[in-house]
Amino acid sequence: MSIDMSQFIAVYFDEAAEHLANMESLLLELDVGSPDPEDLNAIFRAAHSIKGGAATFGFADLAEVTHVLENLLDRVRKQEITLTAAMVDIFLRAGDVLKDMLAAHRDNAPVDTAPIAEITAQLNQLSSEQVLPVANPQQALTVIIAAGEGFEHDVLCHELQRHGELEDFSPGDAQTPWRFRLKTASSQAKLIDAMAFLLDPARISIEVTGQQDEDFGLFAPLPLPATDLSVDEGFGFFDPLPATAAPALQDGEGYGFFAPPAQPVTEQGGEGYGFFVPVAGSNTPAGVATKPVEAKPSAVRASSERQAERGGDTSIRVSVEKVDQLLNLVGELVITQSMLAQNALQLDPVTHERLLAGVAQLERNTRELQESVMSIRMMPISFVFNRYPRLVRDLAGKLNKQVELRMIGENTELDKGFIEKLSDPLTHLVRNSLDHGIEAPEVRLSRNKPAQGTLTLKAFHQGGNIVIEVSDDGAGLNREKILAKARERGLNVHDNMSDNEVWMLIFEAGFSTAAEVTDVSGRGVGMDVVRKNIQAMGGRVEIQSMTGVGSTMSIRLPLTLAILDGMSISASDELYIIPLTFIIESLQPRAADIKTMAGRGTVINVRGEYLPLIALYDIFSLTARKTSYEEGLVIILEAEGQKVALFVDDLLGQHQVVVKNLETNYRRVSGVAGATIMGDGHVAFILDVAALVKMAQQVTPAEQIAELV
Amino acid sequence: MELAHKEDDVSRELLVFALGREEYGIDILKVQEIRGYDAVTSIANAPNFIKGVINLRGNIVPIVDLRIKFNIGNVTYDQFTVVIILNVAQRTIGIVVDGVSDVMTLSTEQLRQAPEFGSALDTAYILGLGTVEERMIILVDIEKLMTSADMALVEAVAA
Repeated sequence: MSIDMSQFIAVYFDEAAEHLANMESLLLELDVGSPDPEDLNAIFRAAHSIKGGAATFGFADLAEVTHVLENLLDRVRKQEITLTAAMVDIFLRAGDVLKDMLAAHRDNAPVDTAPIAEITAQLNQLSSEQVLPVANPQQALTVIIAAGEGFEHDVLCHELQRHGELEDFSPGDAQTPWRFRLKTASSQAKLIDAMAFLLDPARISIEVTGQQDEDFGLFAPLPLPATDLSVDEGFGFFDPLPATAAPALQDGEGYGFFAPPAQPVTEQGGEGYGFFVPVAGSNTPAGVATKPVEAKPSAVRASSERQAERGGDTSIRVSVEKVDQLLNLVGELVITQSMLAQNALQLDPVTHERLLAGVAQLERNTRELQESVMSIRMMPISFVFNRYPRLVRDLAGKLNKQVELRMIGENTELDKGFIEKLSDPLTHLVRNSLDHGIEAPEVRLSRNKPAQGTLTLKAFHQGGNIVIEVSDDGAGLNREKILAKARERGLNVHDNMSDNEVWMLIFEAGFSTAAEVTDVSGRGVGMDVVRKNIQAMGGRVEIQSMTGVGSTMSIRLPLTLAILDGMSISASDELYIIPLTFIIESLQPRAADIKTMAGRGTVINVRGEYLPLIALYDIFSLTARKTSYEEGLVIILEAEGQKVALFVDDLLGQHQVVVKNLETNYRRVSGVAGATIMGDGHVAFILDVAALVKMAQQVTPAEQIAELV
Repeated sequence: MELAHKEDDVSRELLVFALGREEYGIDILKVQEIRGYDAVTSIANAPNFIKGVINLRGNIVPIVDLRIKFNIGNVTYDQFTVVIILNVAQRTIGIVVDGVSDVMTLSTEQLRQAPEFGSALDTAYILGLGTVEERMIILVDIEKLMTSADMALVEAVAA
């Protein structure tokens, strides 16, 4: 039994988390001015489902908070109160509190009660603020005490007088009921509470007199009328409303109807479990009990649609380690396969025809297997992006800015390893854009921009990379300020640095030009960490910015960590792999095309374009084998928008290689992105083309400038 | 006798290898395996004592020639050259030595503190000197040595 229960609890936690996420995203999408009723219903249903489960599993605190939340939501959706932005904020915060509570319950950790009390108070305040002015003006009520034993009606009169004006009183006896007419602003629940001291609450019923709608008015709970029978969904009926009075058809049996609030009604009819989750003070009339059944499927539908959107419906959870192990094994398999293939080449194709066919088949299968295994690790970037609507909303509110968040390419897939590591740096960039980039509405208007700023998150594939851009249409980076700050910090800068170089300065440790440090950003401990994190993933950060127009931070990441297509080249005695994505072309240089400049750098004229020419053996301090450029080959590489020509001895062939991390047992080597194991079992290094390009630039900046003039 | 106090009466098992005419002992639990010297892939711009990396069953393992590093012994590579594969600081590293002589157990009383000179190694990495009959075994804290800055094997923290 207890085992079963714990299973259900685990499911409940998962579901509740899903409902919360659902609720949050719906709240965020909500147009406060004219909310879509469907959305409101969905939000309400989410809260309701959480509450139901919470009560079932005995998480009273959860049930309590959701209960209050649900009440408010219910009234919003019935348009009894109008939605305000402040309310959405509080709802969101309530969602956060619930999330924390769920986590605490899941881990059997103590629940932090302070935020709960706070949010409950806020919610209660919201409901009272909204209610009191509208709700009960003086109402004429008739309190009926069922016929039966006598009681101290003087005391009762006195008690009732405290709540309003007692107008009429007709005493009863064992046969006739007592009737008290009074004018009061108190809710029925309060009255019942007050009278509960004197007699069995089950004997008390209250009628509204002098109200237009006799039939329903009878049962109208004062502060929160749930009498709108025409709502065909019927959900609202069972809402636990603190002061719900019971419909007349149940008058006779009456047990527990007027139970003081907070005492759950548990003894419902046999089939009622699940829907009629016992909730504080709720009374579920058996006569209408079938109605919620209709509502339930719609809730289910909504959530399954959502899941389908995320593609997470038919998935299993597997630990990342298992996947990595699988990936490693496949990597080994690829190496073995290429070893076999290499040896098979030496066999006579005629006599070993079938063996060779088998090897070819193996190659295909291995490649497919490898691709499938790789794809296991791929996840859409929406897993990262999804947190930003909330973040942007909260931050914008805090900073008094108007920001619209646009997300493009959320379905771009990237390695799971990146997903986890990406969120911190990306959050930082988003915060920066909001805080420093996008201006306050007044400033924007004065600059002829719309008051609402736009923050765009964009992910797309480019070559072998995934590019993630965070762009804003804000003020842009301030070149002068950055330069001034750099000088102040004693960095080596000069005025004719290119914009790009200047922008890169903000990645220096401790660099912040924010005039004042806010709790959002500006402490200058961030951009350098961002760059470090991204570099650790084998990626790069680039900045484009224009003063007054905005800035774009792009993160470039390799598609995956594990496998890449490469060209093997030889230089001196060594063999290197160049990732195919960086190679534009390779050509045999003519002596006439190669020029030296200022006695230092060398450039090569490729169809009219002068590119810096670097020799691999120079960079890696190898013994040169080829004495003249004409004997070797030149490979044109492009990285980060820069082209260089790399001089190598020879091109050997194209391979798919498994990237091994050099840093596992050694350290980072400049110019080398990683290592791989070739078919013969030897280790070959994979060149870090972007680093090579940078190395080339360090040699030839003067020449390039001379070239331009 | 700081060491003797620290590891009271614990005899330790050592792998003893030779560098030139000196004998060094390292904690045998740090040794993964002993193998011959294979062709290595040299690393660009690495110090000369880092011979390069090898493929050890799918792992890329750097190989350090201690003979070059400490400038002792004959630096030749033939079928007798021995590589000790170490597991230190969650890394796998190979060291090239002149030869592996034996595995022995040293008790605490056989250990003496090393004087402040007398070895190619900085005394900071020497745990003590062990005496076995006429032989003197230099006990090396191989983990500390391999992760030290001048071995250039591990990324400096600041970098």
